[in-house]
Amino acid sequence: MSEVRVNNIVKTYKTARALDDVTLTFPDGGFFGLLGPSGSGKTTLLRTIAGFVEPDTGSVTIGDRPVVNVPVEAREIGMVFQNYALFPNMTVADNVDFGLRVRGVTGNDAKRRVAEALELVQLGPLGKRYPHELSGGQRQRVAMARAIAPRPRVLLLDEPLSALDKSLRVDMQIELKRIQREVGITTIFVTHDQEEALTLSDRIGILKGGRLVREGRPQEVYADPGDTFTARFLGEANVFDGKPEGSLLELLGGARVTRPEKATRIAVRPEHMTVSTVEPEGPNVLRAELRQRIFAGAMGTCVLEWQGQPVKAIARQEEFDGLPEKGAVWLSWSDRHARALTVD
Amino acid sequence: MSGGINIARTDKLRAFALLSPAYLWLTLAVFLPLSAMAFFSFLTEVPFGDAEWSVTLTNYSAFFESSTFSRLLLKSVMLGVKVTALCVLIGFPCAWVLAKMIKGRAREALFLMVILPFWSNSLVRIFSWAIVLRGNGVLDKFVNAIWPWDVKVNLLFSEWAIVIGLVHSYLPYVILTSYLALQAIDDSLIEAARSLGAKWWTILWRIVLPLSAPGLLAGAVLVFVPVVGSFMEPRILGGRMGTYYGTLIEDQFVAVFNWPLGAALSFILLAVVLIILAVASPILKRAQT
Repeated sequence: MSEVRVNNIVKTYKTARALDDVTLTFPDGGFFGLLGPSGSGKTTLLRTIAGFVEPDTGSVTIGDRPVVNVPVEAREIGMVFQNYALFPNMTVADNVDFGLRVRGVTGNDAKRRVAEALELVQLGPLGKRYPHELSGGQRQRVAMARAIAPRPRVLLLDEPLSALDKSLRVDMQIELKRIQREVGITTIFVTHDQEEALTLSDRIGILKGGRLVREGRPQEVYADPGDTFTARFLGEANVFDGKPEGSLLELLGGARVTRPEKATRIAVRPEHMTVSTVEPEGPNVLRAELRQRIFAGAMGTCVLEWQGQPVKAIARQEEFDGLPEKGAVWLSWSDRHARALTVD
Repeated sequence: MSGGINIARTDKLRAFALLSPAYLWLTLAVFLPLSAMAFFSFLTEVPFGDAEWSVTLTNYSAFFESSTFSRLLLKSVMLGVKVTALCVLIGFPCAWVLAKMIKGRAREALFLMVILPFWSNSLVRIFSWAIVLRGNGVLDKFVNAIWPWDVKVNLLFSEWAIVIGLVHSYLPYVILTSYLALQAIDDSLIEAARSLGAKWWTILWRIVLPLSAPGLLAGAVLVFVPVVGSFMEPRILGGRMGTYYGTLIEDQFVAVFNWPLGAALSFILLAVVLIILAVASPILKRAQT
């Protein structure tokens, strides 16, 4: 178990910058989610830590050991690949044993550790099967067991759940979290699924165009995204631009709203928007047009239009039921839910 | 009920109609010539003109009466083993480089160079090697140009010349079959093995070789079988050294005009090759898993 650090990593492919000066610390024993759209450099960063990608400049340390010049096979990492990459010519037990044997662990010691690893992922009785005889979820578990068995210093997961279907994916998320807690190993995983990142991670890092745009605890980042990209990428956000008027912000059409931290752009999450048919008291009130109501059980989604801009609001059932199908309504939020965004 | 049978019957008819060109071809190109040869091998004399002939087994017994035949057969089998081993040792790494290390245009160009020997006439190829390998030839001149001491390089009319010529002719088979097998191996398997701490020889031995064994074996068989019966390369590049089982058979047909003996020797060769492949296949299959 070790802390992993990357410092000022730059990686250029021909003309494209895959990683642009990324500095990040992955805490010891934590579950760190690297999140970003495709082409954001998240996989390149993971492969740089693994050693498959050699950065142009910058350093990587695992524990206290600088590893930029250490080949993959000597880095003591465990990796789970998107397609699992199980060895098709070996049984499940031999797959798990592979990493032990190359490290010189043999005999009863190896047998015990293979059994332990398979027990951990709840595949105890399947050791004699071949990978092609397993389901997708079982293969995923074998890949985990194989990566963990040699007791690596860090576990790297490259979109580990993307090949599974939705319901299995949710089960495996819980399973993955349990295994990681039980083993207590520093884990870094890459995903483009924001929900998965929020569910699994202790900390998340958001990448865009090879740059780290935000890093922090999932709750923190969600509550205060800081920039427009993060606000829109992690969950949904209604973004408003305005002209500063002292402590207020004048939006299009003359409506005035509270201005947090000298911002000229603010974000309000849909679940913090209130839709009502009577004009509410206080600041942060907009006149908007309700376009559509979408019922979805306990919560309902309202699609609105304000000054030609689409706005989304999520309402509780009782609030939702009191609204008309369409027509003019009032939109409001409380001061504490408006977040300042940087304009880039 | 009867409808179902009718459908089955028309299906069979249709399948037969569609397969008939293939069967016709096999009959004309394989079955008829082989049976003619099998027939000849049991005769005392070729039944051409008004030669008198009768059925006999002497052509087969001749093989066992003189040790020359079996000695030459063993020599040819050993040649096959040497050439196949060299083709595998050279071809497999080449296929690896082509499949995993080179991408794009460079790969196409290299492929062309691998296939090039197929496009040239084999006689021309062999005579080119004779010019290169003979004393005072291309190789001799080249070595003397860079080597400070005076040396004589004359490989022509030696076993080495035969081996070089045969390896050059048959190498593409091993490269192509191995290439196909290696390309089917997902790069992430090799990355996974590296991430687990495996060095390259472990990856080669426990993952790459087992997974590409079928292709490698197919290539080896494609080389071994024709090399054991080869006669052109031994004759031209081997000179006086170049008496092999293949040249022996050729002599029976073109020089001595003893077709029955030639045919019998051919069938003995076929039997021996089949036995070798049959004995080797379970061993090789076990090596795969």
